[in-house]
Amino acid sequence: MCTLSRQRKGSIHELVQMILRERFCHQRLPEKPVGMESQHKHLLELLRRTAVHGESNSVLIVGPRGSGKTMLLNCVLRELLEVKDVNKNVLPVHLNGLLQTDDRIALKEITRQLNLENVVGDKVFGSFAENLAFLLEALKKGDRSSSRPVLFILDEFDLFAHHKNQTLLYNLLDVSQSAQAPVAVIGLTCRLDVLELLEKRVKSRFSHRQIHLLSSLSFIQYLDNVRSQLSLPQDFPDTNFYDEWNDGIKTLCEDQSVVDVLQRHYNSSKDFRSLHLLLMLALSRVSASKPAIKPTDLLEASRVCMVDSKANILHGLSILELCLIIAMKHLNDIYEGEPFNFQMVHNEFKKFLQRKSHSIHNFDKPVVIKAFEHLQQLELIKSMDSSTAKIQKEYQLMKLLLDHSQIMEALQKYPQCPTDVKQWAMSAFG
Amino acid sequence: MVRYFTRLRMRRIYKWGGRPYIFDRKLKSYGFEYLNMSVEGQEAVTTVTPGQYILIEGNDDEYPFVAKLLKFFGDESHKQKKALVQWFLRLSEVPQNKKLLLGRSPHPQEIFYYLGRACDNEINAESILGTVDVQHVPEDTPFPEPGTKDTLYVKLSWDTKAFNVLDPVLMQDTPASTPPKPALPLFPPCASPTATPVSRGPVRRALPTPDPTVMRRAGSVSDTRATMSAGKRSTLEAESIHSASKLSASKILSAKRRGSAADTPGVRKKLQLSIGASPGKKMTRADVLCELLDEEMESEKVISLKLSSSVSHSLQHGCSLSPMRSGCKTPNGQRRFPWKLSSISLDRLSPTALGEQDLSSDLLLAVIPLALEDEVFEAGLPTDAGSANTPKKRQATPRRNYVREQKATTPSRRKESAMAIRKPALGVLAEEDSEDSPMQPIALTPRSKRKSAQLVSLRIRKQLNLLDNTQELISDGDDDCFVPSKKDLQSSSDEEKTDSEEETRGRNCKTSVRTPCKTPSKKDLQSSTDEGKTESEEETVVRKTRGRNCKTSVRTPHKKPSKKKDLQSSSDSEEETMVRKTRGRNGKASARTPCKTPSKKVTPSTPRHATPSIPSRTVPARQPGNILEEARARLHVSSVPESLPCREQEFQDIYNFVESKVMDGTGGCMYISGVPGTGKTATIHEVIRCLQHASDMDEIPTFRFIEINGMKMTDPHQAYVQILQKLTDQKVTADHAAALLEKRFSNPAPKKETTVLLVDELDLLWTRKQNVMYNLFDWPTRRHARLVVLTIANTMDLPERIMINRVASRLGLTRMSFQPYSFKQLQQIITSRLNKVKAFEEDALQLVSRKVAALSGDARRCLDICRRATEICEHSTSHPSSAGLVRMNHVMEALDEMFSSSYITAIRCASLQEQLFLRAVIAEFRRLGLEEATFQQVFVQHRALSRVEGLQPISVSEGLAVCQRLGACRLLLLEASRLDMLQRVRLNVSQDDVLYALKAVRD
Repeated sequence: MCTLSRQRKGSIHELVQMILRERFCHQRLPEKPVGMESQHKHLLELLRRTAVHGESNSVLIVGPRGSGKTMLLNCVLRELLEVKDVNKNVLPVHLNGLLQTDDRIALKEITRQLNLENVVGDKVFGSFAENLAFLLEALKKGDRSSSRPVLFILDEFDLFAHHKNQTLLYNLLDVSQSAQAPVAVIGLTCRLDVLELLEKRVKSRFSHRQIHLLSSLSFIQYLDNVRSQLSLPQDFPDTNFYDEWNDGIKTLCEDQSVVDVLQRHYNSSKDFRSLHLLLMLALSRVSASKPAIKPTDLLEASRVCMVDSKANILHGLSILELCLIIAMKHLNDIYEGEPFNFQMVHNEFKKFLQRKSHSIHNFDKPVVIKAFEHLQQLELIKSMDSSTAKIQKEYQLMKLLLDHSQIMEALQKYPQCPTDVKQWAMSAFG
Repeated sequence: MVRYFTRLRMRRIYKWGGRPYIFDRKLKSYGFEYLNMSVEGQEAVTTVTPGQYILIEGNDDEYPFVAKLLKFFGDESHKQKKALVQWFLRLSEVPQNKKLLLGRSPHPQEIFYYLGRACDNEINAESILGTVDVQHVPEDTPFPEPGTKDTLYVKLSWDTKAFNVLDPVLMQDTPASTPPKPALPLFPPCASPTATPVSRGPVRRALPTPDPTVMRRAGSVSDTRATMSAGKRSTLEAESIHSASKLSASKILSAKRRGSAADTPGVRKKLQLSIGASPGKKMTRADVLCELLDEEMESEKVISLKLSSSVSHSLQHGCSLSPMRSGCKTPNGQRRFPWKLSSISLDRLSPTALGEQDLSSDLLLAVIPLALEDEVFEAGLPTDAGSANTPKKRQATPRRNYVREQKATTPSRRKESAMAIRKPALGVLAEEDSEDSPMQPIALTPRSKRKSAQLVSLRIRKQLNLLDNTQELISDGDDDCFVPSKKDLQSSSDEEKTDSEEETRGRNCKTSVRTPCKTPSKKDLQSSTDEGKTESEEETVVRKTRGRNCKTSVRTPHKKPSKKKDLQSSSDSEEETMVRKTRGRNGKASARTPCKTPSKKVTPSTPRHATPSIPSRTVPARQPGNILEEARARLHVSSVPESLPCREQEFQDIYNFVESKVMDGTGGCMYISGVPGTGKTATIHEVIRCLQHASDMDEIPTFRFIEINGMKMTDPHQAYVQILQKLTDQKVTADHAAALLEKRFSNPAPKKETTVLLVDELDLLWTRKQNVMYNLFDWPTRRHARLVVLTIANTMDLPERIMINRVASRLGLTRMSFQPYSFKQLQQIITSRLNKVKAFEEDALQLVSRKVAALSGDARRCLDICRRATEICEHSTSHPSSAGLVRMNHVMEALDEMFSSSYITAIRCASLQEQLFLRAVIAEFRRLGLEEATFQQVFVQHRALSRVEGLQPISVSEGLAVCQRLGACRLLLLEASRLDMLQRVRLNVSQDDVLYALKAVRD
């Protein structure tokens, strides 16, 4: 009995993890998009008109990354396909600017998704030109009332605008503006200036409908959202656990430290994708032995999220390399950010060795060069001139890709850092 | 088809054979008997004689043009060798979109008898490649097994609109028996060759005529029919065209003259019987005589009908029948016909008069002087004038030929062949055809050219009336003919106006008389076009026989009543018109059917050109339910408006330009510019629609419209491929296509209709060497191109900006610029689109149009905004059905949505750190006095600012993330992110906007 319950408990945690992971990794669409009701309605109406009335349309969904453009569209499509009339009547075609990097690939993909290649049977798909003519002919043959509407979904719409002559966009939008097969062209992009990318004849053919997804979410709503995101759904099998968990989440969200962490996140970015990342980290600490998310979990997750990416690299450097970085910092201070070369750094380092150092021994020049090259490989310093081959290594101009604060922080945390090095770092002008 | 010499790439030498005969003094042209062709350096000499089928050099080496040689002539110097031909088409020459009308897969060796008018039938004799065998295949028999490769088969005729069953008569004579025909014109009938000085040469040519009756018929009264059969092919062809239309009038006329005569179905039947045995052979004189004796009156009637329906016939018969008619018009009557002939040949020369109905007899006498003075065919006439009717009759034959040559391609042909459709089914013999054919023209009044023809005829009449006075001597006996013919003219001109009236009447007749025969004929067609279909053979056979039965049984009765009517009401021209109309209908109906039937069934059979279409939907699209939806549908850019308001002037200019070029058969370029959405393409499409309509009505010659779009091709050179594909349905590579087009547009292929080419988005056809543009503009300037190029681009100065001089110069100065619409025009466009659907407040419309006019003048934009406004209006009310008019506030909202910049909202909705970063950017800019800073610099500011704001400073990575997010929205412009902290940052919005947005947030 006892083992059984433990087993069940374990399985319950797996279930919780599964449910919440699906949510955080965007594998399942939410029932209703949050905070974008009007946009949802607008898009749904538009696509429904295309599907039901055969009205051609074009629309752009614009919003910053992680604002839920794809989620909104997928919700609308799901809802649209639930309508009986529409179900078998629309042909969605998904394209992504990152995958279909030119029109040739895009055309092939469209043809594939429309199953048009079957019509020509064994005909080998010929040149790009033939392909285009073929697709246009197909679209031209249709008419408003009898052909199935085609929904062209162009993810990363702005990238399509970089294709040569914008042929694909012109043709799709031209079809949407002429009495051919009904189409809806739905572009998803995060660029606010996307229309300026379009050529004027392409632009004129676009209907200028833009759906902006700019969330003006307040912190209170954000907090509510966190709670609902972490809460279990009502149809959870174990009601006891369900109550327990949801109560735990409620108290979690009222905890001051948690609120501070969330506030910090909220200040940084309002989008849900970064929030989900945070919550995922916290969720992964839940186990059978620890059946709830504690404030510390969230704090730890936040620390992981917020950590500076270069701090860890700095911690792994040798003391010589660290000294070189400090020398570079001093050079930056002296020359106000002008680039430096190895020789300058080496001189600075030698000065330190002669005057102040007690703990650090002298290094041969080749060893110092090796350390310098290592720093370059780590991209903590970056060469400024492109023609590297011509200039001797020692005299190549470099720039430091680290901020003062990063260096000081790293020094503080560096294990067993010699005091004289620390002092050298903190002293003005080496 | 390997026989011709073109492959050899050697010089061909052409020499006239036989002695020349003058046939036109005015133009100093000579006719010749045959042409010797030889290839330089080779012994073999090919002799081409008129009547043979020939191959003519064309665009395509593989498939040269096919034609039947009618006549050779040349100018005095013998330098210009010309020939008159009757064209035949290959399927590849039929416009792509009409090919489906055939309704079956064509035989590779199949050609079509060409009945269109667009092609010049005069060719340069030196383009003849050689001879070819052409066989006529009756429409319901299958094509012979592919035996000799050199034989072509004719089954159908093509009149630029539909395929029709070819009248076997047109094709009947084998080349062997025909050669003398073209020479006949000047053949002196009974006199020895030397007797008539004019026609010395041809005499000898006429001698080989296999048909002795030709020689015999000279003085015989009864020979007419025999002659007809002898020269049947040419006669019938001569009857062509406007004899068809025109003579229907004169037929009535003559019918009137012999009003009392009885009808002749019986005669015809008998003739059928008697002639039936020897279809190829002609009736002997005796036969005809007997019959004539038997049914003198009837036959006279028949003959006269025939006569009047074809110039040449009328000539002959007029002469031959004179004894019977002696009562009313002895000498004049006899003389009249020759004149008529000349007048008609005259009027044929003027293209506008073509197809005219009424020049017939009343003009005839009057025309003589004209004919003598002005026209081309006068060679024989001077002698005729005073001579007895026998020589004249002789002349009828040549003239007839000539006439046919001239106009062999007129549209009324189509009707003739339409009639012919029935014939094979009837199993009609050649004789019967020859009898029927005179009827055809009567039955089939062409609508073609009527207006213009009337105009011209009126004009001519005026002139002739003047002349009439001077020609009193001749005209006195003919007065009675003039009157009816005038009447006729009237009735024919009335026809247009009272079309509907007549039509209803005609329909009545049709239902009462024609129904039984209509169905079978249709079926017959079907069965003939069915070949590719999987219909059981038996059924087909049944159908055919049925069709045949029906026809033989039905047709005669149907003709009888109409003829009776003819007789009864011969004085009533209206009634006659009606009869004519019904018959015309009959012919038309059968002519129409073939194009309908095939178009239905062809689609799946041609996999090569199968273009897939978007699958059709299971549930039909819903129609708009309420006013707003209706308005929205009307406002959609794709909906084709009834009219194009606000572009009347441009429309007119383009229309005139294209029309004039099409009419003249010349070429030209036009450049049209204008910002997007000003109706350039729409206007041109409208123009083309109107022109197509006009050419359907036969007001202008047919032309082809081809459209290419620079945006719809992947590479400028694809333009060649697309043009060629649309012209000839060939799929070739760009280079090859360019070569073929070059050849097509530069070679003098007479069989060519004007091509109107619309090049949209011209600027995309730019290449470094500009050869695509160069060719596009150079072709129209070629003499034989007949190409009109309309080009569209956005910028007005495109020719100056991107074209090199030689290209810009060829484009010419015919330019037009479409101005952006003014607000009034936009308003008019919307109102005309809405077309009384009351969905908008007047003020709201005005607001939209003013706003758009101020910004771009783009009509598409305007329509889109209106459409959006209707949506907003619909959403604003709880019930979509209760939504009222679209008001100002709805329009304002729509305008806001479409025009307001989203940057400020985006900044307001950004997170705190993002806003802070923007402020840091501005602070750093101010500090530096530059509009650019590195991330490192900005980040220092950012850190300072966050300390001021009391926020926990963020790490560099976080700062970079914030920066990247702003960069992704394009609020900031960033360098590549691999530069990390050194990437430079710029603002994509003005600093003021940022400050304004941020200030509003804080307040």
